[in-house]
Amino acid sequence: MGLKRNFRVWRGNSEGEGALADYEVDVLEGEVVLDVIFRIQATQATDLAVRWNCKAGKCGSCSVEINGKPTLMCMTRMNTFEENETITVTPLRTFPVTRDLVTDVSFNYAKAREVPAFTPPVGLEPGDYRMSQEDVSRSQEFRKCIECFLCQDTCHVIRDHEENKTNFAGPRVLMRVAELEMHPLDTLDRTRMAQEELGLGYCNITKCCTESCPEHIKITDNALIPLKERVVDVKYDPVKWLGNKIRVRSSKD
Amino acid sequence: MTDIERYTYDVVVIGAGGAGLRAAIESREQGKSTAVISKSLLGKAHTVMAEGGIAASMANVNSKDNWQVHFCDTMRGGKFLNHYRMAELHAKEAPQRVWELESWGALFDRTPEGKISQRNFGGHEYPRLAHVGDRTGLELIRTLQQKIVGLQQEDKKISDDYESRLRVFAECTITDILLAGEGEDRRVAGAFGYWRDTGKFVLFEAPTVIIATGGIGRSFKVSSNSWEYTGDGHALALRSGGSLVNMEFIQFHPTGMVWPPSVKGLLVTESVRGDGGVLTNSEGRRFMFDYIPDVFKEQYAKTEEEADGWYTDPENNKRPPELLPRDEVSRSIMAEVKAGRGSPHGGVFLDVSQRLPAETIKEKLPSMWHQFKELADVDITLESMEVGPTCHYVMGGVEVDPDTAAADGVPGLFCAGEAAGGLHGSNRLGGNSLSDLLVFGRRAGIGAVDYLNELDEAGAIRPSVSEQELDAAVAVALAPFSQTEGENPYTVQQDLQEVMADLVGIIRTGDEMRSALDRLAELRERVANVAVMGGREYNPGWHLALDLHHQMLVSECVAKSALAREESRGGHTRNDFQGMDPNWRKVNLICRLVSDEVDVTKQDLPWMSDELISLFQVSELSKYMTEIELSQLRVPEGAV
Repeated sequence: MGLKRNFRVWRGNSEGEGALADYEVDVLEGEVVLDVIFRIQATQATDLAVRWNCKAGKCGSCSVEINGKPTLMCMTRMNTFEENETITVTPLRTFPVTRDLVTDVSFNYAKAREVPAFTPPVGLEPGDYRMSQEDVSRSQEFRKCIECFLCQDTCHVIRDHEENKTNFAGPRVLMRVAELEMHPLDTLDRTRMAQEELGLGYCNITKCCTESCPEHIKITDNALIPLKERVVDVKYDPVKWLGNKIRVRSSKD
Repeated sequence: MTDIERYTYDVVVIGAGGAGLRAAIESREQGKSTAVISKSLLGKAHTVMAEGGIAASMANVNSKDNWQVHFCDTMRGGKFLNHYRMAELHAKEAPQRVWELESWGALFDRTPEGKISQRNFGGHEYPRLAHVGDRTGLELIRTLQQKIVGLQQEDKKISDDYESRLRVFAECTITDILLAGEGEDRRVAGAFGYWRDTGKFVLFEAPTVIIATGGIGRSFKVSSNSWEYTGDGHALALRSGGSLVNMEFIQFHPTGMVWPPSVKGLLVTESVRGDGGVLTNSEGRRFMFDYIPDVFKEQYAKTEEEADGWYTDPENNKRPPELLPRDEVSRSIMAEVKAGRGSPHGGVFLDVSQRLPAETIKEKLPSMWHQFKELADVDITLESMEVGPTCHYVMGGVEVDPDTAAADGVPGLFCAGEAAGGLHGSNRLGGNSLSDLLVFGRRAGIGAVDYLNELDEAGAIRPSVSEQELDAAVAVALAPFSQTEGENPYTVQQDLQEVMADLVGIIRTGDEMRSALDRLAELRERVANVAVMGGREYNPGWHLALDLHHQMLVSECVAKSALAREESRGGHTRNDFQGMDPNWRKVNLICRLVSDEVDVTKQDLPWMSDELISLFQVSELSKYMTEIELSQLRVPEGAV
């Protein structure tokens, strides 16, 4: 077997009770953190709760925090740590713990459900869609998202402020809005909704989400900032502002 | 008294991959209340692993393509053991299913005219695979997931409840399909399982269940499959009285990563070869030219010049042999390694760095670039990849009616996707899986809806689950907790994976498979003796202990069928019976559970309709069929 390494892994329940447990475990050449967690599971703690699927960075299931950094276990190689470094694995901090390393991420699904679905032009038949590669590329970047929710976990608007969860949907969901807004054939306008219902205004573009993205999607620059610009266009253009005032009597601003 | 959550639905779909979600969309659109049960979170199913694309003869890139050519390619790829009717429906309906995805928001790569772009792939005559870079599966699953959300939004407007007609039960595992009635009247009444997070039991009462649970690859040591692929649906169907067809056919994808050990088996998409990548051995030779089998001699290039010319001028050149069907390429790689011409870590070389500019590689194969860079320190724009076969897909599966996806022998049970058998024959072509999910997922949804309508029109009372059946299901689920000392489930699973890989793997012999069956019998006793530590809340040890029952049963079906089929064809290669035997082409091997034992019987393969058979040249058919079959062909006057 390979080198013995020290792991500290959060063991805890949904009541918030728990503690870090120490494991001394063999590590082989070329392994990632998830391999080592599997070895702990198979040899020392068969009930260690871990969420994973593809082990290839494609499904976004094995999100945790390693030495405090939100990341995917399957894409974190052991040779990125010092040989004598203790590796601490804890669950995502922004979401409630289900058990051990597994968190309840239903918040993300609930928020995603608030974004109205793709709405094509009436009468456009399947098979008749024509779009240029250049036009679909922008939204395609956002559709690379594997829904690991690391950006949601990292975003300080909800990471440190539970109370903001009601009003703020998080970068993943706002990026979905941007994706639909930039879809060449979508007919709905969701910009006002992004600002007023999904909390786009809470984002102060610190780019933490972009830095955490394992797919290297430029969430802030390519999705959130352009979306903010569209909001400004709609909200602060005097003509559009007047038009909206006349048609929509109520105003939340 | 055990506390059990109870729900009532019209349709219960087990599995939330491409087939399950497409089935659920169909039944909900036709007004039936539908539950989707998923072992994982929504959007994480194995479908996301599909890279290359969806095969559909839209003819966007080569106008010569049509469903007939796609049908013929599929039959050839499966070595004519496919259920012809499934292959026909699949080829005819795939384009509609792809276009429909686009109307639900999917964004495929485009042609210069703004249509959906299509790429070349192994065994497909024309560029046929709609794709999004090399992450097509993700696009498919996300589109279906978002369509489900769209339907829930519609329901919310009417009922103020997103989940009034369509609900996804995420991280919930089904352990039993429950039946009601006796004899001829015995039919599906519901499904039983547990929530993974709390460990609490849940009962779904429903007259129809659609199995869309995917494959069985977790029972093999080197595999591209995730933990979910434990053959649940195959086993559930068998235990409900259904049958499995041709379980001996397992696809070993030729190009899995071989190093480092932790990623061994991880998939390297066939698009690498479709876009120009070549396979070489340690001597630098493009060895695939040495392995073109007789049946494919007419369709593949004999020289490197001709093969390379094909990428730009397919009209005047034949395809490179790197794009032979997957079973051929896997066997060739095995032979090279065995002959001592392998790469340092026991594979062969796959190179695209000398074939395409770095920028093109990153644009066309972004996740491959990412995967090798991050997991193996290999820059595929500069160096070759090392690759070797990995267990990828099971062609065999639940025997179904091609048109309705109804499982044979179990009223109310339907099956689609990888869990169903027949479409792919003895070997599946790349790209035919995603289209399979959509075509037959939809058909399973329709099949369930029609069955329900007939039941309701006949005024039949919906079958109800008996407390006795329920108690039995609870007892099985709790059994691993009844002993404190016993086998570690992870150890048992690893041992099973070794038995299957070593003795029922890519190259098989009768003696090894007989010893595999002995080993499986020992393992079965060990599975009965598995103990788990901890409680019922999110306990993977317990989950695995229950999954092992499915894995054992399905592995036995694979081994018994493989021992019974005395020929080599597609994803079943026997050292002691080399080559195809036309007499075996006519035979489906059917597994059933008889007094708790797997029983294998022979059954005739359905005979193709005249219309379909006339799509082939007699000279080609003569490579597959017996003299008697050929003499019975009703060939139109003048055909060769």
